[in-house]
Amino acid sequence: MRHLALDTMACPDCDLPQTIPPLPPGGSARCARCHETIARNPSDPIERPLALTVAAAIVFFVANTMPLMGLSAVGREATTTIIGGAHQMWLEGSELTALAVGFCAVIAPGGYIAFMLTVLLAVRHPPAPRWVADLLRFAAFMQPWSMNEVMLLGILVALIKISQLAEVVPGIGIYSVGVLVLLLAAVAATFDRHVVWTRVEWADGTLPPGDPDTPLAAGVPG
Amino acid sequence: MTADVLGAASAGLVSCTACRLLSQPAVAAEPGYCPRCGAELVARHPRSIEYTWALVIAAAILYIPANALPVLTTTTLGSEESDTIISGVIFLYQTGSWFLALIVLVASVMIPLGKLVALSYLCISVQRGSVKNNHDRTRLYRLVELIGRWSMLDVFVDAFIVALVQLKPLMSVEPGSGVVYFMAVVVLTMLAAQSFDPRLIWDHGSDARGRHG
Repeated sequence: MRHLALDTMACPDCDLPQTIPPLPPGGSARCARCHETIARNPSDPIERPLALTVAAAIVFFVANTMPLMGLSAVGREATTTIIGGAHQMWLEGSELTALAVGFCAVIAPGGYIAFMLTVLLAVRHPPAPRWVADLLRFAAFMQPWSMNEVMLLGILVALIKISQLAEVVPGIGIYSVGVLVLLLAAVAATFDRHVVWTRVEWADGTLPPGDPDTPLAAGVPG
Repeated sequence: MTADVLGAASAGLVSCTACRLLSQPAVAAEPGYCPRCGAELVARHPRSIEYTWALVIAAAILYIPANALPVLTTTTLGSEESDTIISGVIFLYQTGSWFLALIVLVASVMIPLGKLVALSYLCISVQRGSVKNNHDRTRLYRLVELIGRWSMLDVFVDAFIVALVQLKPLMSVEPGSGVVYFMAVVVLTMLAAQSFDPRLIWDHGSDARGRHG
């Protein structure tokens, strides 16, 4: 199938076809019509998000194994973890809610981190094999359902509500979730998936055209 | 550049939703698959307006039990007390955390309602072939996509309260029957926002000549 030059694209929000000029490192381009940011050229698009994703993976492990908060009332104590929130919902008979909490709090963020880690490692030496494209699409699917920042606010509201009933102490888990939120925001800010597309073997079997280190915005004749 | 330029689709081009490669299929009606990433090519999300309406209507129906039924039941030494989303907000306000009460009110009441109204307006304006306020409508859509996830807040609050406050028989908290409806409202409105194709806003042209929004 015929395709257009790689510096030509249609805005994902308004479908206006346009040519993206070469962008300086760290620069971005907005759609000429609807002003959505449609192209970015992060200055270090592979190594920097990779380092941040490795850090996020470690913090994700800590956040999911350490207690979020503990409670003590008349000599009795209890603690909970992230998965504990979903588990108790399940035990109390609200299985669907438990699945939604488990997916948005653990599976989607974990899946996103795991897929991103694999994708970024695989594209360090282009051309990356075709399955990288499938993983990248999975990571993009997981992203809107990965709700660490919403969960963090939810934990804080729960903490304050429970403090009306009993004494609560924040655990290491809460701080880990806070760091995880910052790290995932940093991954999103330093990563641009269109850089990865320029380094992956094409579905029709051809190799990615041009110098793989050339960013998408620099343009390659089609 | 003129403001009434039409989209890539009207020029027989298809933009890949996954990798954004712009292809020119031989038959525009059957674009096939993206030569770069292998995703199925579609000029517009298929049946975008129908799916969005179906999900919006389903979410609007479930919004009623989500607010009428209790989301939490607190048992303290034999006495039971049930809280709906609104009574939870009032409880936070009365115990002095008006700021938290405001956050929960915005996330649990105003964002879901706002999303239902905004998506209905977007669907109606596209179905009527509106060419007005394209910039504002595109911005409204981006806002709906950006803030929609925050309505999951109350589900997380309930989950962690239930997980922690289990000191039977002294004091325990169980999830109420409303929480599953509320969760469904959040998930359905997120899916509705994802199935709406913002490019439809621009397909009938724009009356905003040279305007920068």
